[in-house]
Amino acid sequence: MSHRSRRRLFLVAAAGVAVLLVHGLAGLPGVGHFHGRYGLLLARVAVPERQATDIVNSITYDYRGVDTMGEEFILFASAIGLVIVLRRMRGERQDDDRDRDDPSESATGRVRQTSAALRLLGLALVGPVLVLGIYFASQGQLTPGGGFQGGVILAAALILVYVAGRYGAMTRLRPIPVVELAEGLGAAGYAAIGVGGLIAGARFLLNFITQGSMGNLLSGGTIALLSAVVGLEVAGAFTLVFAEFMDQRRLTRRPR
Amino acid sequence: MSFLAYAVAAWLLLIGLYGVVSSRNLVHLILCLSVVQASTYVLLLAIGYRAGAKAPVFADIPLSAPVVDPVVQSLTLTDVVVEATVTALLLALSLQAYKRFGTVDPDEIVSLTG
Amino acid sequence: MIPTVFPALPVAVPFLAAGLLGATQSLRRRRLAEAIALGTAIAATALCAIDLVLAIRHGDAVAWFGGWQPRHGVAIGISFTIDPLGAGLAMFVGLLTIAALVFSWRHFESVGHVFPALLLVFMAAMMGFSLSGDIFNLFVFFELMSIAGIALTCHRPDEGAPLQGALNFAITNAIGGFLVLIGIALLYGRTGALNLAQIGAMLNGHRADGLVLVSFGLIVSGFFVKAAVVPFHFWLADAYASAPTPVCILFAGVMSELGLYAVARIYWVVYAGALGPHQGTLRTILLTAGAVTALLGATMCFLQRHIKRMLAFATISYVGLFLVGIALLNSGGLAGTAIYVVADGLVKASLFICVGIIQHRRSRVDERHLHGLGRNLPFTGLVFFVGALALAALPPFGSFLGKSTIENAALARGYWWVPVLFTVAEIITAGAVIRAGGRVFLGWGPREASGPPGEGRADEETSQETEGRSDRTPAVLWLPAAILLLAGLAVGVVPGVERVAQAAAARFVDRQGYIAAVLHARPPAALPPVLVSGPSLADYLSAGGSAIGALLLGLGALVLPRRSHGSASVISHRAGAAASWIRGLHSGHPGDYVAWVTAGTAIVAGAFALTLQ
Repeated sequence: MSHRSRRRLFLVAAAGVAVLLVHGLAGLPGVGHFHGRYGLLLARVAVPERQATDIVNSITYDYRGVDTMGEEFILFASAIGLVIVLRRMRGERQDDDRDRDDPSESATGRVRQTSAALRLLGLALVGPVLVLGIYFASQGQLTPGGGFQGGVILAAALILVYVAGRYGAMTRLRPIPVVELAEGLGAAGYAAIGVGGLIAGARFLLNFITQGSMGNLLSGGTIALLSAVVGLEVAGAFTLVFAEFMDQRRLTRRPR
Repeated sequence: MSFLAYAVAAWLLLIGLYGVVSSRNLVHLILCLSVVQASTYVLLLAIGYRAGAKAPVFADIPLSAPVVDPVVQSLTLTDVVVEATVTALLLALSLQAYKRFGTVDPDEIVSLTG
Repeated sequence: MIPTVFPALPVAVPFLAAGLLGATQSLRRRRLAEAIALGTAIAATALCAIDLVLAIRHGDAVAWFGGWQPRHGVAIGISFTIDPLGAGLAMFVGLLTIAALVFSWRHFESVGHVFPALLLVFMAAMMGFSLSGDIFNLFVFFELMSIAGIALTCHRPDEGAPLQGALNFAITNAIGGFLVLIGIALLYGRTGALNLAQIGAMLNGHRADGLVLVSFGLIVSGFFVKAAVVPFHFWLADAYASAPTPVCILFAGVMSELGLYAVARIYWVVYAGALGPHQGTLRTILLTAGAVTALLGATMCFLQRHIKRMLAFATISYVGLFLVGIALLNSGGLAGTAIYVVADGLVKASLFICVGIIQHRRSRVDERHLHGLGRNLPFTGLVFFVGALALAALPPFGSFLGKSTIENAALARGYWWVPVLFTVAEIITAGAVIRAGGRVFLGWGPREASGPPGEGRADEETSQETEGRSDRTPAVLWLPAAILLLAGLAVGVVPGVERVAQAAAARFVDRQGYIAAVLHARPPAALPPVLVSGPSLADYLSAGGSAIGALLLGLGALVLPRRSHGSASVISHRAGAAASWIRGLHSGHPGDYVAWVTAGTAIVAGAFALTLQ
């Protein structure tokens, strides 16, 4: 279809969908007046039962833990799919003999240095970002945060190294087999903990560790454990994703 | 005024879909797809909002305080992760499309028709 | 009481294995990885079989994850609600995954551990989808199915066709997912619940207002994208043409059918109470969608020369027929659809394996380029022809049993045109497959040059996907094809199949029993005994007729000369113009596909909102 006819078809259809959406959304209670029993019930009982003060993460890792397992494997499958897509095309080779420490070369081979300020700031921030990531991943049961958020921050530390221009250091810091190991173990670990609940109490994903006391770091039972495992997997998956994209930049192509 | 949030969600959905339909660049198309994603986040969070309530973290508020609905926040978290992965995979595909065809225009990269 | 150990394991064990396979990628033990994957798939299938038997004997099993039983009728955890139909579907998923893993054993150019790991994740997602009782959980498994499917489709990313297939698959299915999610959000805003039984209980008895109808329309539209109902279907042919053969087995056999399963499940549990008085109108809408899909799919199937795309459009046509079975909104139609889905899935898997064998030996999949090249593949040709006749619902294949059950249920309601529709669609699709078989394996028909450029490129893009010598067909390739075809025959021959299907369907539509089992842990009440009528003489005659018709059409298209003068040429000229216009719509451009999805959503949801008030 030509651009015009496609657009015309869409505009007519979108008008219909707009009317339907307004019709449907009109049936919702006004913003701010929601009284769903599910949420109200959980807000009341989650803290006494699980001693975890962050209700959202209690729901994510305990009450609705199976959803999170599915979500974790979505990330796992997507990272693997991305690796398949971006693997080296036939006829490309990795340029190992170029200057490893400086990826900012143009096609003609001129080398541009990253500014000293950028290098300094990038490298200086790596440590604090790593600590921040670990902090987020481990405090999920107490404050907003948790495995997903912490894992992404950990992976972002790698980008800082790349931005600072230390490409060679970056490739050394993220050996692919170790990253894949982390990702796979994180994914399998979630299922394993679930099976542990099965063994301990005949219920998958049963929270079978002692709950601890509210406000403590060791509270929430398996919530903290699952959050850590998810953090491992997310950090591994996103590191893999970033690494693959960055490697693409270095692959050159033999003329066809 | 209380329906503004829902209206924003509906608008984002439609404008994002328009972007996807009329796009001439795959990367632009994928970003319009993330606009459509954003509409679902806005809708979910707006549904769960309670006027005058606090965030559902009881670290520093009494246990009897009213909080917004925590379930939709968990759903939105799941949603964000799911759709970030879709975006990553689509970007990888468009990168390979560029390497294969030299362009990211959807009109040019079509090889299967009929 | 069913031990609660079993429901979770079919999903948990493959996940565990897939994660471990992914973790150990760098060890590069491909044989070991494939063996582990095969063992896991067999174990998961066995677990689903146990679930199925227990569900038939003891009633719906409800497993609450994490031990979160409902409190005061409010469900707070996620449940897997295992009824016979869901468990049976999950077991079928496992069987097809085993076939796919056997096909790719040792002979498939895979990426080490990742291909078996992705197949396991795909299988676990589909099993979870069949067993789940929570609507957001359904959405999560739906997305997991999509992502794993996309990752499996782009197996050869350096070629053009797989890229297009994967891109269109990803973009349209993502939008389908968003539509489902908006529908879920609307339902949550009204009922505050995510468990299917709970939402159904809360909507029960109230009038269906705008929100309920629009949410139904959006959810149905989203799942229709996955199921490839017209006009949401455009992505499917591109994806099938690009995906490697073991993945096509799973796509064609069960992935699209799961979209229809979700529509049926959500309708019966959530909306049937509120929409009860409007059943007739809803039936009409869904029957129309099914009929249009069946006819358009059949037409496009006949116009194809790329064999995988031909089978893809055949799948779309059969999805239309399945939708007709479900659209009857009674247990007879559901039972027939269940039998038909299983039998047809087995036969289509067998046909796809035959195409895979052809690709292995000849490196091509275009019917014209393969002209006569299949002459020394007698076994493959035999399986291919018998499979095509099974598609035409030749008795005693299982597809005949399923088709006749649906037709009897339709006639009981007065829909006389349903058998006609089935016969027409089967004749056209089976005829197209027979024509392809005749050209490839017998060398009949004129040698045709390639068609328009868009068609030819697809074949050049399809290169070798298997390793090993291409002068012999190894046992792991032809053995699954034969076994699957025989299994499709067995479904129709083994006694008691119809009775089990009717009983399972009766349980499926028993909404009150489902809600009571989930929310109040009440054992199911006794259901009235099922009516098993079996195919009648008229059914045998019509099935024989469609088989003969398919043979005539397929072989006739090869041997009859093209007439180029007289009134026949005017008609064929008009038909040719119409055909090119329809083919032109399938342009491969993602923007087109998304525009059609939007249009389809407006039509479906608009029809619901306007007529079901």
